[in-house]
Amino acid sequence: MSAASDFVRTFFLTELLRGLKLTGRNLFKRKVTIQYPEERAPQSPRFRGRHALRRYPNGEERCIACKLCEAVCPALAITIESEPRDDGQRRTTRYDIDLFKCIYCGFCEESCPVDSIVETRVFEYHMEEREERVVNKQQLLAFGDEYEKQLAADRAMDAPYR
Amino acid sequence: MTDKAEASNPDLVTIEVDGVEMEAPKGAMIIEVTDKNRVHVPRFCYHRKLSIAANCRMCLVDVEKAPKPLPACATPVADGMKISTRSERALKAQKGVMEFLLINHPLDCPICDQGGECELQDLALGYGRGVSRFTERKRVVKDENLGPLIATEMTRCIHCTRCVRFLDEVAGQRELGGMGRGEHTEISTLVGLGVHSEMSGNVIDLCPVGALTSRPYRFTARAWEMLSHPGVAPHDCVGSNVEVHHVHGRIKRVVPRDNDELNECWISDRDRFAYEGVYSDDRLQRPRIKRDGRWQDCSWEDALEAAAQGLMQAVEQGGGEQLGALVSPSATVEEQYLLGKLLRALGSRNVDARLRTADFSDQQTRGAFPGLGVSVADIESLNAVLLVGSYPRAEQPIVNHRLRKAALQGAAISSLNPRRYDFNYPVAEHMLAGPDAMIGRLAAVASVLLEAEGRDAPAGFEALLGDAQADDQAHAVATALRDGDRSAVFLGPLTEAHPRGAALRALAGLVAELSGAALGYLSEGANSAGAWLTGAVPHRQAGGESESVPGLDARTMLEQPRSAYVLLGVEPEMDCWNGDSALAALNQARTVVAITSYVTPAMENYADVLLPMGAFGETSGTYVNAEGLWQSFPGIASPVGEARPAWKVLRVLGNVLQLDGFEQQSSEDVLAEVQALQPAEYASADATDWQGVTHATADEELVRVGLLPLYGIDPLVRRAGALQRTRQGQDRSLRVSEATAQQLQLGEEVQVHQGQFSATLPVLVDDGLADGVVWMPAGIQETAGAGPALGPVDLRAI
Repeated sequence: MSAASDFVRTFFLTELLRGLKLTGRNLFKRKVTIQYPEERAPQSPRFRGRHALRRYPNGEERCIACKLCEAVCPALAITIESEPRDDGQRRTTRYDIDLFKCIYCGFCEESCPVDSIVETRVFEYHMEEREERVVNKQQLLAFGDEYEKQLAADRAMDAPYR
Repeated sequence: MTDKAEASNPDLVTIEVDGVEMEAPKGAMIIEVTDKNRVHVPRFCYHRKLSIAANCRMCLVDVEKAPKPLPACATPVADGMKISTRSERALKAQKGVMEFLLINHPLDCPICDQGGECELQDLALGYGRGVSRFTERKRVVKDENLGPLIATEMTRCIHCTRCVRFLDEVAGQRELGGMGRGEHTEISTLVGLGVHSEMSGNVIDLCPVGALTSRPYRFTARAWEMLSHPGVAPHDCVGSNVEVHHVHGRIKRVVPRDNDELNECWISDRDRFAYEGVYSDDRLQRPRIKRDGRWQDCSWEDALEAAAQGLMQAVEQGGGEQLGALVSPSATVEEQYLLGKLLRALGSRNVDARLRTADFSDQQTRGAFPGLGVSVADIESLNAVLLVGSYPRAEQPIVNHRLRKAALQGAAISSLNPRRYDFNYPVAEHMLAGPDAMIGRLAAVASVLLEAEGRDAPAGFEALLGDAQADDQAHAVATALRDGDRSAVFLGPLTEAHPRGAALRALAGLVAELSGAALGYLSEGANSAGAWLTGAVPHRQAGGESESVPGLDARTMLEQPRSAYVLLGVEPEMDCWNGDSALAALNQARTVVAITSYVTPAMENYADVLLPMGAFGETSGTYVNAEGLWQSFPGIASPVGEARPAWKVLRVLGNVLQLDGFEQQSSEDVLAEVQALQPAEYASADATDWQGVTHATADEELVRVGLLPLYGIDPLVRRAGALQRTRQGQDRSLRVSEATAQQLQLGEEVQVHQGQFSATLPVLVDDGLADGVVWMPAGIQETAGAGPALGPVDLRAI
């Protein structure tokens, strides 16, 4: 019995046809592949990409050098030094993030009492020298300025759930 | 002790805390018993060293049969008391108190320096509500300026009054108080005078919240990121125990380490804030050599080679006697020992740490080291003390604190000084006398005692007594010392700087012997005692054995210039007894090798090789305090630039000079070597030697008294910015008595001449000065290079 059915299956190539059927069906299905970089996948407002330091609308930097992000960082990627600014306020003199050490867990953002350190939606970036992996305070602030509009919108969208 | 014995002890009661039976002495407060038995009761205002205020109410506990919860800090134990610290009623009371405390406390923990080590923060975690029910406005309190050491944020204050009680009870200077009532309570200076106590920094540790924080440390680090290592304070002969907090090899702050035998839980501001000097701008970063009159940075090899060459040349040309070494009395045992060893190996005994001593005639008969005679802790149980040429409040603040405790318990503390110092406790007798008259006044005390004991005056005593009569003061002091069963005579730095110090020491020895008092030296620097025991003095070998032929002492080796000098941690123009002769001797020397943390313009002038050494916290080492207690500490911070611990520098310099016995691998090796040389027991007291004691009346009209001020005692403190900005640090004026000012018709400024030195200094008239005394501090830039610390001075009105 089994020998006979085996012979028929072998003779009529049913497996092949079944495989072709699957291929044929998918050939006409809607495509899921995205043509990156021309096309982009949708991003959550909670996306954790490259870091930025934000400012208040009046241009004052938010960071107050409480060092909670430095303390919470599981990868020890953040280095902060601080001292009183000329007007007596507590401010950082150094805020470095080592992007190679960072694991993009988002704890820094979560720990920040003033929403200063944030992770933007930017995930595509590169560096040509090893040294460039350490981004300093100026770079982070500039990056924050560049993306402030989106950052503010994202935080507003997420606000009810925080 | 068995249970039965305990039960029968009438001074003990048995109480039950949370179901556990505890023994407690009668009259103890509940919180003392729970603390001893490690049962935690939350508290803010209670502190074991301060009086009980019971005003925070955080320590409310449930006591059986009491109608309401009682404060554990103010409720004495009673036999059979049943206490519950965690019952529902106790917890409810504690949480209620916490809610009230948090009503007005700002939520600025992220920018608060206390964040992470805040008692309020910690307890709020256990006793606070998650969400505040308080919707009204929080109060805001205006800040007050408490000076350059303490930063304030009075809105954060919870009115525990620890700072008020500390300044009142421990520092002895009521400078803060609580104003207003209820919600309007504010802690403030009494009349805007600020806080100037020499121990004021302790309020920073005491403050349970971030209302009082350290100004130099402000915003520079977080409690959790700092590492902590034990250290020993390098500024006075007490050897206060400290913890050094540091991040990435940089010292961030210094806090006290509890040691009830020495500093209890306090340290002086000098010990706390001097670390700032470690990072001063004039730190020597790398070795330098002077070539053709110009300074060049160079490698350690070249610098050591040049140093060795210079020293060898001097030895080859003039013999070992042509070498001289001055070492700081605050250098570690290891540094002093290696320097003494190096000099002796080169054939010279001219090494001295007694930079500010004038009279060395009695050095051979003195004890093994200038010791305190009693332990630091025992000072507070003395009942009669005579301070000769000593002002511990500026010189050893911790000793002053102990003396204050003694005075408050009724001890008769008298002072024999050329200035009526501002003691912060009642002084029995202020014997005011110029340096020369001090001898007569002390002799008068001795003569009263001789009479009382019915003993004959030793030979030469009459000459010492001079014109001084045994007046009422002498009688009072002598009687107090004789009647006190625990009395002491302490000799301060002024007796060392006194040109006839031997006479003072001999008399003090006689007074002590006749009255049964202990004789103690409150020596300068952190390691004067160590210098005597490690051979860093010309008349003693390491171990305290006398040298058969003593070398030249610090004063002589500058007055009889040598051709080569080694300096270790010294700024001779400020640190030496005679800055004028020091500069002259160093400037004429062919070779001066300075092992130093700092480089000064004067040093660039006279030195030929500069070797950078590690400062406080950067060197492992050992200090011997005035009790004779050896305290070792590790190297904590990384040395600035290419600086190296001085013991390593000396060790390698020994190798470069191809000397034997410089193979130590660590400072512990060096220490072991020194300690192996120490005898089982030291020759205890000084032998009173009357032969050497002579009396010559000085005929100078004006005599300078040039002591090191509170914040000028060593190169490190002189560079501590915040300390220099305090009132004591700013006080640089020359003081004269009213009579002198009138006689010379002095204005606001005066021209001072002393040897080659001349300067224009501001004048203050001080009616607390003995006649003829010109108070002209050493250790400050204005008087650098001035002549003898105690000696004639010429004032000219401008």
